[in-house]
Amino acid sequence: MPHIALPDLPGIRGPMAFRPETARPLNDLVDVLLRGPNTLTPGERELIATFVSAENDCRYCQTIHGAIAAHHLGGNEALVVQVKADPERAAISDKLKALLVIAGKTAESGKLVTAADVERARQLGATDIEIHDTVLIAAVFCMCNRYVDGLDTSAPDDPAFYRQRAALVAENGYAASTLTGPSK
Amino acid sequence: MAFRPETAVHLRALAEALLRGPSPLTSAERESIAAFVSSRNDCTFCYLSHRAAAAHHDGGDYTFVDAVTKGSGDARVSPKLRALLTIAGKVQQGGKRVTAEDVAAARAEGATDVEIHDAVLIAAAFCMYNRYVDGLATFTPTDPAAYDPMGKRMATQGYGGIRN
Repeated sequence: MPHIALPDLPGIRGPMAFRPETARPLNDLVDVLLRGPNTLTPGERELIATFVSAENDCRYCQTIHGAIAAHHLGGNEALVVQVKADPERAAISDKLKALLVIAGKTAESGKLVTAADVERARQLGATDIEIHDTVLIAAVFCMCNRYVDGLDTSAPDDPAFYRQRAALVAENGYAASTLTGPSK
Repeated sequence: MAFRPETAVHLRALAEALLRGPSPLTSAERESIAAFVSSRNDCTFCYLSHRAAAAHHDGGDYTFVDAVTKGSGDARVSPKLRALLTIAGKVQQGGKRVTAEDVAAARAEGATDVEIHDAVLIAAAFCMYNRYVDGLATFTPTDPAAYDPMGKRMATQGYGGIRN
């Protein structure tokens, strides 16, 4: 049972439906960050979101964003599992590995990101915008994870739910999908 | 924010809705929760700027916000706000730390579901803003007085989060 009386929707969608005034900028922000024009692919950005949510042990966020990442990556769920478990050994670019180090440190505390971490990412080809977006995606998921867990929202167990939902969000975006589609 | 206007507009709109939009909590209370969480995250820029904004929702008087962030048993801080600060402090550590007992304690002091929601989301949002500011090692003045005019602007003109 969630801590407050929320509409019967899983994860972040319960509190978003409860408080549309704040849901709108949250959805707009996530749409720009994860789906807007970018040199990082939507799959790469969803992997960063998934990795941070796993580090923060948020079941709903890591499962739904992992499913969306897999959807963007041609259904490669094994890669998502690998990135969560050990990104250094995953079949991703060295640049993305360096960005995930920055994301993981941001998740603990912004102050842990060092000039050497940023320099390493740059040497592997990361641009300033890619470094900026990595820090902001990690920071945003430190918010979303706390929002979801701080209100003790529900998370379905069935992986099919997340796959179905992922296809809808990947197709239509976050703002357009919040109140649509299957609930539980 | 100036580097990436595409995301800044939504970050500002979120701050506007959370801290200045309609809520049963006053803006002074909400800015004080933001300052409290930023202080716990040791984010000097966010702490001092939102401390100043909270003060300017109270005629430029810093006594209320300083009582909130110090967590002392000051009479200016209502038992309801104290219970919401307990929840905000736990969200700062991790969402799972918030217990049903914490929520029941806030309700017993008169907190509504919207107030509990807003306390959780303000705390969560400042865990984002703090990491954004510190993760990019932004320029941070350390003199609290440098933030007073900024806080006054935040309190009187807002965050400019106008959609489109």
